[in-house]
Amino acid sequence: MTGDMLINYALGILFFPLISFIILIFVGKRLPRQGDVVGIGTIILTLILSLAMFGSMLLSHDPGFRHEASFTWIDLGDFEIRLGFLIDNITIIMLLVVSLISTMTHIFSTKYMEGDIRYSRYYAYLGLFTFSMNGIVLANNLVSLYIFWELVGVSSYLLIGHWFEKDSAADASKKAFLTNRVGDIGFFIGLMLVFTALGTFNYAEVFEGVAKGAISGTLLTFAGIGLFMGAVGKSSQFPLHIWLPDAMEGPTPVSALMHAATMVAAGVYLSVRLFPLFTPEALLFIAYTGGFTAIFAATIAITQNDIKKVLAYSTISQLGYMILAVGTGAYVAGFFHLVTHAMFKACLFYGSGSVIHAMHHALHNLKDHDTDPQDMRNMGGFKSKMPITYWTMLVATLAISGVPLFSGFLSKDAILAGTLSFASHHPQHFLLPVFGFSAALITAFYMFRLIFMTFHNQPKLPNVYSDIHESPKPMVFPLILLSSLSVFIFYTLPYFNPLSDHGWFMELIKAKDSMVPGSPSAHDIAEGMHHSHTLTMILSILVASLGILLSWAVYIKNSVSADNWSKRLDLYYNLSLNKYYFDENYNKYLYQPFLRLANRVSYIDWDLYDKYFINGFGHITKWLSSVTGRIDYDGLDQTIVDGLGRSMGKAGSSLKEIQTGRLQNYMLFALFGVIIIIIFQSF
Amino acid sequence: MDNLQTYLYISAILFSLGLYGVITRRNGIAVLMGVELILNSANINFVAFARFGGMNFSGQVFALFVIIMAAAEAAVALAIIINVFNNLDTVNIDDARELKL
Repeated sequence: MTGDMLINYALGILFFPLISFIILIFVGKRLPRQGDVVGIGTIILTLILSLAMFGSMLLSHDPGFRHEASFTWIDLGDFEIRLGFLIDNITIIMLLVVSLISTMTHIFSTKYMEGDIRYSRYYAYLGLFTFSMNGIVLANNLVSLYIFWELVGVSSYLLIGHWFEKDSAADASKKAFLTNRVGDIGFFIGLMLVFTALGTFNYAEVFEGVAKGAISGTLLTFAGIGLFMGAVGKSSQFPLHIWLPDAMEGPTPVSALMHAATMVAAGVYLSVRLFPLFTPEALLFIAYTGGFTAIFAATIAITQNDIKKVLAYSTISQLGYMILAVGTGAYVAGFFHLVTHAMFKACLFYGSGSVIHAMHHALHNLKDHDTDPQDMRNMGGFKSKMPITYWTMLVATLAISGVPLFSGFLSKDAILAGTLSFASHHPQHFLLPVFGFSAALITAFYMFRLIFMTFHNQPKLPNVYSDIHESPKPMVFPLILLSSLSVFIFYTLPYFNPLSDHGWFMELIKAKDSMVPGSPSAHDIAEGMHHSHTLTMILSILVASLGILLSWAVYIKNSVSADNWSKRLDLYYNLSLNKYYFDENYNKYLYQPFLRLANRVSYIDWDLYDKYFINGFGHITKWLSSVTGRIDYDGLDQTIVDGLGRSMGKAGSSLKEIQTGRLQNYMLFALFGVIIIIIFQSF
Repeated sequence: MDNLQTYLYISAILFSLGLYGVITRRNGIAVLMGVELILNSANINFVAFARFGGMNFSGQVFALFVIIMAAAEAAVALAIIINVFNNLDTVNIDDARELKL
């Protein structure tokens, strides 16, 4: 496929969802089926175009493929901003992931959102989101990336708050938006640092400038960390992780699309794209942020009872993994994990959606509105009632736990190999692989806890259980498709070795060298990963099976009592259950002082500044103008202006006495005048 | 007696008499007669200066012009006085002050 064709395809992929958004937001309600066909039609078109691009990428099989097209957006002489597309293999794979998951979400939602009061608006927002996400993926410069970045934030806000009648949903959407803004401020600072130093936003030109050393040292580190702050916000990394669990207030298909597979991965995508400009110091910062988030979120996920909350924390943890991979230099592994994670995590979310849907219907039939349909303690034994949901979720769980034969194993393995090789070069950073492996252990544990609590054991609520049914076809289809895509073979073709990530993916995505002078080359990193590969594999299989075994022992065999252990580790259990009191502490130490400060400032502004200073100015001006008014009117007007007139009038009326009307008087005056002239003349 | 000065004296006396008449007489026709005297005193001056200044009859010619102008002036002025008499039943110019505010 030629480059121009690709650009046309990309334009289609970008704008079809936007067209759907515009149609649905204006006339959606009047269309048949509230217009969901428009949304689904355009998204399938997008998917077909993405598949065509993907196919051409596979056929040409060129790891260095790269095509760029741009146009001038703002031209002010010396200052010029160009926007455009960058299409390389990463872009094409991301486009496919986004349109695939988006298509699945559209299909899944036809049943899940059936009868919703804002059905057409929901589809409109999905279109807006797909448009903005594709925009992020296609951008070839930081400005359009930033624009679409914010658009994604907006659509996330709109979709989380879809059921805004619920206070919790309205609050969650605000929280998500504001928390993202915090990260975006860092992003903007980084953007401006780069622009001030290099005068360009284009990726390639920025990397060139970095390679030439036009921006280096601490400044570059800060620019990199600033840009990474955007990823911290969007990818929900510690300490801005607080919004993602609350974002689960949105509809479950939205959670699958945005808060598991694509939008939150935008931060990882950003880090992958900008990898060449991160200095070693910035990368270390990134690695620790990611590693810590991975283990930190995993420890929270263990104790959560809400099925979506478990998945939310699991997502944070997995995103931490990807970020960790970028930090250790194995950014291709991070991107690989992004893709595999998108498939199995979306599958898990659809599975949870399917379960919640079933629970909801059962509870609805029982007219029970108090029981929480998302609480796993109310489930159990669903395996026989929802076999497809069970098996697909099981596959996805095996994948996320890092069990061989599944995609998660390959990508997780690559990341862990990256951390191990990093630690072997820098022994002082031994914590990074420790974070990675322990997070893997805990992940396997809590994911199987989710499966066991939901699908195994005795039903907790028998009357609800009897009314549970498998979900309808449009909801089951995405589950089957995505769980099949969690099998290793789709990533290793044309090879069939389930233990090695060697395949089309790794062949097409080649790591690029960092542009920062003095950084280890991509070859060195790959070499190190290759060396630690075997050790990693053994260790990761070990921790995964240990985690699964533990989970089995606790939740199936009951040989270890979860209750007893939670009592024994009371302090820790409570910390984890309450998410380390992050929300409470943020509220206590951040929001409340901030609110108080805002109140003080508003007091100063309104009651002091406005009242005394601004209004004082008004009073002074009023007084001053009354004084000048008096001076002007009473003084100037009355005396000088009117006085002049009056004196003229007086002079005139006294002079008019001369005009007697007697002809001879005038003659006499004339005579006198002549005499006076003669007298003066004679002197 | 045949010198300029004599003529100028006569002219000055005539002018003064005319001016006196114009200023003191209340009768409009008498005022007009005063004006005629003033004009003729000027004529005497013209002719005298022409005669003694050697100015080739231009004074005499000017005097003729003045006579013509005086005739015209008298016609206009008499017409005005007749109109004044028609309107006010008097020729006393002190009574003709209609334009006085």
